[in-house]
Amino acid sequence: MGKISLEVNGRKVEKEAPDNTLLSTFLREHLQLTGTHIGCDTSQCGACVVHVDGNSLKSCTALAADINGSKVTTIEGLETNGKMHPMQEAFKKLHGLQCGFCTPGMVMSAVDLLQKNKKPSDTEIRDWLEGNICRCTGYQNIVAAVKEAATKM
Amino acid sequence: MKDFNYHSAKDSKEASKLASSSSAFLAGGMTTIPSMKLGLATYKDLIDIKNIKKLSGIKVSGKSVTIGAATKHVEVSNSKDVKKAIPSLSSLAEGIGDPQVRNRGTIGGSIANNDPSADYPSACIALNATIHTNERKIEAAKFFKGMFETALKKGELIEAIEFQIPEKSSYQKHPNPASRYAIVGVYVAKHKGDVNVAVTGAKSCVYNDKEMSKALSGNFSSSSIDGMDLDSSEMNSDMHASADFRASLVVTQAKKAVDAC
Repeated sequence: MGKISLEVNGRKVEKEAPDNTLLSTFLREHLQLTGTHIGCDTSQCGACVVHVDGNSLKSCTALAADINGSKVTTIEGLETNGKMHPMQEAFKKLHGLQCGFCTPGMVMSAVDLLQKNKKPSDTEIRDWLEGNICRCTGYQNIVAAVKEAATKM
Repeated sequence: MKDFNYHSAKDSKEASKLASSSSAFLAGGMTTIPSMKLGLATYKDLIDIKNIKKLSGIKVSGKSVTIGAATKHVEVSNSKDVKKAIPSLSSLAEGIGDPQVRNRGTIGGSIANNDPSADYPSACIALNATIHTNERKIEAAKFFKGMFETALKKGELIEAIEFQIPEKSSYQKHPNPASRYAIVGVYVAKHKGDVNVAVTGAKSCVYNDKEMSKALSGNFSSSSIDGMDLDSSEMNSDMHASADFRASLVVTQAKKAVDAC
């Protein structure tokens, strides 16, 4: 048991949690931020991707204790005053989702890509989304959405 | 995942003091955490070594590149110094897993784990690496002992990996399309006197292929290993590739690596 202090979506949080608490569990069960999804739970599918200190990571494969003191952004933290983030808008506009289960991770991963590479090519987008699995869309519209968002961000 | 005690060590001394027969060091956790979640490994104590400043960073001298054990794959792939000194090492790091794995996974963790399909062990063998621990220096050729087995003793912590800068080198892998682990990966490095052909993914542990090394040391051209019939009796065979296919892939990837040098 230890104290976990994080800044999550701009808000300071401090909670006691057992040492074996995963970041994904901490977000979903201790903070009720259920936008971060658990898909495979074996670090392959990427539904649980969040940002920690500006970089994307799979929250099902990080301990909350291990990132103590960091700044975390989840899918809930992307909107500003009720307005969707350009990446979310683009996914909506271009049908970058069907069932939507993988979408939080896809969006968080794609936002990280555009932070690092403002104008990615199709290949760069596909390479970057290597760790995000979608079983509905066939990826075409996801790639299109990321390209669209790149023109707006 | 079973309960454990989490510790964050300030320095190597504290880390090794905390170590016991039921502990593990935690770096990026890209293998340790999934193994614990699946119940394949249980520890009483996890000793986080990421916050030990001395263990992160890249130093380049005239003859070698030294990378701190807790340096992340993304730092190696983005490093201008590594790109300039050993471009193949930077591109190897860029091909590990996915961006999220590269943001967390570390070189020391990869080597300590010694997965038979991991990329970094082949770089250590090909680039005549020296593994610096808190106790001693170990040559890469004596470090990788077998499947998931290394020369590390309990409580011994890798601090840095020192790679010899080769004249030319290239790493070519045939990745598993899902996991990106190497079905076969071949790291060819031409040094002043000899050529190393380090192979990962093919057998239970990374190795230097003596037959191809000898042929390429005589004539550094892909034609000198063309059509080489490697012994496949010790090669891995699974749903992704049979032993014979792996033997053939080793030669194909080695040829590609030589041509890319």
